[in-house]
Amino acid sequence: MAIAASHAPAELAPPEPPRPRWSASEEASGLALISPTLLYAISLLALPILIVFAYSFWSQDYLTIDRALTLQNYRTALFEPMYQDLLGRSLVISLVVSIVTVVISYPIACFISFHGGRHKNLWLFLITVPCWTSYLLRVMSWKVILGYQGVLNTGLMSAGVTDQPIASLLYNSNAVVITLVHSWAAFAILPIFVSLEKIDRSLIEAAHDLGDTKLMSFLRVVLPLSLPGVISALLIVMIPTVGDYVTPKLVGGKDGVMIATAIQAQFGKGANWPLGAALSVTTMVVVSTMAGLTVLALKLVVRRIR
Amino acid sequence: MTSGNLRKSRLLPGYVGLYFLFLYLPILLLPVFSFNNAATTTFPLAGFTTRWYVSLWANREMLTAAVNSLVVGLCVSVLSTLLGICAARAITRYRFRGRRAANGLIMAPLFLPEIIVAVSLLMVVLAAGMELSLATVILGQTVFCLPYCMSVLTAGFEGFDRSLEEASLDLGETAFGTFRRVTLPVVAPAILSSLLVAFTISLDEFILAFFLSGTEPTLPVYIWGQLRFAAKLPGVLALGTIMLVLSILLLTIAETVRRRAERRYATRGHAHA
Repeated sequence: MAIAASHAPAELAPPEPPRPRWSASEEASGLALISPTLLYAISLLALPILIVFAYSFWSQDYLTIDRALTLQNYRTALFEPMYQDLLGRSLVISLVVSIVTVVISYPIACFISFHGGRHKNLWLFLITVPCWTSYLLRVMSWKVILGYQGVLNTGLMSAGVTDQPIASLLYNSNAVVITLVHSWAAFAILPIFVSLEKIDRSLIEAAHDLGDTKLMSFLRVVLPLSLPGVISALLIVMIPTVGDYVTPKLVGGKDGVMIATAIQAQFGKGANWPLGAALSVTTMVVVSTMAGLTVLALKLVVRRIR
Repeated sequence: MTSGNLRKSRLLPGYVGLYFLFLYLPILLLPVFSFNNAATTTFPLAGFTTRWYVSLWANREMLTAAVNSLVVGLCVSVLSTLLGICAARAITRYRFRGRRAANGLIMAPLFLPEIIVAVSLLMVVLAAGMELSLATVILGQTVFCLPYCMSVLTAGFEGFDRSLEEASLDLGETAFGTFRRVTLPVVAPAILSSLLVAFTISLDEFILAFFLSGTEPTLPVYIWGQLRFAAKLPGVLALGTIMLVLSILLLTIAETVRRRAERRYATRGHAHA
């Protein structure tokens, strides 16, 4: 009724019986109610990103912006060896981080979903608490753990495993990966948990009754059905980590610098907004492509197993 | 098969234990070193002291940053919760064209590298001729907090029984009166936990504040500045410990409120059935 009314011009509506006007329809109420939030998101999220996009095709001469369209920024972003290196490393790190996070988190999500009993909510709460504590200090803490005289080295030495501190724990890509995996753990567990909860338990029993071993029923029933959760976990970790700024700065050293540092530089000392914009857009496009390919590969693998 | 089960049943809890150690070890180190009587963060520990905490009180710069953070946190939590209420209510209560797209846009910051959100906001703010200040931090962090508020609020609104509202309207209550006297009491816990979640995120948010705060640092921006000086680390750890306790406290309250509401709703639903 409401929808039909919304399509009919107001003048043609018969006077009797009075149809609800479009402004009183469900659609209008919904739109009216969401409009403040939507306007906010459009003006402070969609519009800014469009502006970044526009800037990436402009060029800058000292302080003046030249609005003639150019692809020069993208040429620099894609072919300058320094940016190639940074982008490549950022992609590898975010891919490794997302896969490691999902692989080590999956059993935890399974544990909570299948063995959590009455305390599932408490388990989930305990998982999320560390993720809500100061991000800067969590990263700093890893610096303390992995440092030359850090917790791990002093621990290993007092246990007699090594007699000299291992210098290669900190200030490289590995340190960045460890720290990021730690930071994003809860973001991987939650979506996987949600999709595991949705699985009809009788399907697993059926697989057992029909002679599947535990492993087979996991591979053929649980894993495929939890795939949506795994996919959103991968995406929610992979895409944001590619642009992480703090972790590479604090624990990455020279070998762990990522693209965010280069982007930040264009808005600070380097002061080349169009190049910074092109680097941002390139990063977004490339990481989205990589995410898409990863999801595709995952789907193929799981279909193979089935 | 049985031996396999037995082995697995021991393996999994063991793994869970290790995982929790990995998760909590870095968090627990902060308080340990914040009470350590040495300027370096190395083992063995050098004895107990509270001097790092005492020195915080005399630190004007830190206190100003703390006040800035509180102001920003309060504004962001109120603003993002208000905007979240509108959107969550619209999405759970009404069907309209573009509902999914609108939801997608509002939730998008979850799936974007934060630095890109920050950079794009910086460009808009400067292009619009605005000065960087706490106000710009508030505007930016609200965009970032909205998805979290939305997920808390939509979950809270989804369980809402629409017939209660219809009954109230049929009995002659105005739309606003119905919202205030029928809807609000039911969804209040979700709103409270949305406020707390947004406040906690804002208190800890660094990247947006770093780009948008100008000359008025929030606590994380202040901490970032201090991390360059090794000698200042214990003081920062003490500050971090206080923030840690505060965050955990707020989250525990948010979680308790949410769960109590859930339970109440569950028992009420049961009574109806």
